[in-house]
Amino acid sequence: MPGRAQLLGVAVGVVALALVPVLAPPFYANLLVPFFAYAIALLGFNLLFGYTGLLSFGHAMYLGLGAYSAAIVAGVLGIRQFELVLVAAALAASLLALPIGFLCVRYTGIFFGMLTLAFGMLAHSFLFKFYHLTGGDSGMRVPRTRILGLPFDAYNKIELLAGPFYYYCLALLVVAGFTLWRIVHSPFGLHLRSLRDNPQKAEYLGVRVRQFRLAAYIISAAYGGIGGAILGFRIGLADPELVHWTHSGHLVFMTVLGGFNSFFGPIIGALALTLLQDQLQSITQYWRFVLGAMLAAIVIFFPRGLAGIATDFARLYKAPKQPQVAQ
Amino acid sequence: MTPLLEAKGVSKYFGDFRALQDVSIAVNADEFVAVVGPNGAGKTTLVNLLTGLLSPSTGQVFFKGANIAGVGPIVLAKRGMARTFQLVQIFPQLTVAETIAAAVVSQQQKQWRLFSALSADLALHERVREIAGIFGLSGRLQNVARMLSQGEKKLLDVASAFALNPEVILLDEPTSGVSTTEKHVLMQTLIGAAKAAGVRAIILVEHDMDLVASYSQRIVALAEGKVLADLPPGPFFSDPHIIATVVGKRKSH
Repeated sequence: MPGRAQLLGVAVGVVALALVPVLAPPFYANLLVPFFAYAIALLGFNLLFGYTGLLSFGHAMYLGLGAYSAAIVAGVLGIRQFELVLVAAALAASLLALPIGFLCVRYTGIFFGMLTLAFGMLAHSFLFKFYHLTGGDSGMRVPRTRILGLPFDAYNKIELLAGPFYYYCLALLVVAGFTLWRIVHSPFGLHLRSLRDNPQKAEYLGVRVRQFRLAAYIISAAYGGIGGAILGFRIGLADPELVHWTHSGHLVFMTVLGGFNSFFGPIIGALALTLLQDQLQSITQYWRFVLGAMLAAIVIFFPRGLAGIATDFARLYKAPKQPQVAQ
Repeated sequence: MTPLLEAKGVSKYFGDFRALQDVSIAVNADEFVAVVGPNGAGKTTLVNLLTGLLSPSTGQVFFKGANIAGVGPIVLAKRGMARTFQLVQIFPQLTVAETIAAAVVSQQQKQWRLFSALSADLALHERVREIAGIFGLSGRLQNVARMLSQGEKKLLDVASAFALNPEVILLDEPTSGVSTTEKHVLMQTLIGAAKAAGVRAIILVEHDMDLVASYSQRIVALAEGKVLADLPPGPFFSDPHIIATVVGKRKSH
């Protein structure tokens, strides 16, 4: 079970997020929809990175696949139910992750990273070049779908995103977070952390190192697919840029910013970057420069990310005064 | 009676280098066998062959009657073989309880439980506490492994191996880096734990002849990749040629 402080933090976070559409202009709720998408995707991404020790540079592939799944299910096949879109996205991502993961998890460290990058590039050029299948650089349209079977016809797209869809995504994040929390704190999760720390020792304790790396890879892909379906729905489009390796870098950035040593770090990172990017873009056209400098500073000075800083502050605040040792 | 663990005429070449040449040894139930020999004699290669990490170039290795050449440590852990390493192997970021629990999860076949809470598994925790108790780590259960002292890390490494409930345990220089006075304490802890855990055979790779003489029932001496002697301690230590080869090359203390 999570500690009392963590539960309180989660409760405050959920309530605060739930109040955004009520208290703030629709612009902000609309801005936070991608945050939910990234938070869900990064929860899975961090199962692979933080808990299994494998840093993927090609994970945007699964977000892209989620968005394209949405385009195919809702657009091409005309199945306008977002729940089915989500299932299809998670399934498609898992199915693709099976063979790719099988090849990639035979390697670790930089070799794993490069191999995932290579597959990401392959996926990007496939989507870009196979115009008649994927629409090339103009992508595929993701039409509106029903949510929980309801059409919400009275809402325009912005109202839908800032209202019902916003709460839908919030609920999805809570469910996805709870599920991953269970996975991380299960016997399976313990074996993942043991093989991250010392694969050789883990093997001698009977840990199926490769199988478990593959399982973590597939779960992380499914989370990515779900995040991608949300992104596709919001933009109304699945395009190759979702799969581009810079988008994979974006995922790594958010995770490191939030802190990959912490369960909630990636969620904090996704929120921080979403808000930061919006603010910076309105201030300066050199926002990428500022973000780059921030990432460098985080890695050098706060390697445990924003979540690490928060924990340190909490500890500082909570630490009882050291009693004097009686002589 | 089939031996518990047996190497039959195994050789291992690394390129042109012959690490082991036609080595045969057998370890029976209720035996404590020591493997000794000067550096480069092939002790580590033999351990790696016996634990299924390497396949022999020629010859066969049997564990409980089954050929285990190259099956790998994961399968052997399940079948009942555990080993410890000369250099301490820990999970730096895991606590003592988690490290032992990782082995108990394997042993109890709970590794595919994706959604069950580890913290709610009482049977598992009972076993973890029991193992920690045997190795004097009860007070350290919630400490992160990298913060332990060198001696505690060593105990944790061994404790996690015992948590597999193995039938055979291979101890690769368990007392290296431990002070002379503490060596005997550690060995007695290990032997006591082995008895408590129902371990049926112990294989000890060791440099320290004092320990070998004190605890083993049989001594296999390797030299230049071959078996030089396979004798009980009495005859072993009364043979000047063997002693000269195995011990003589080492500086006297």
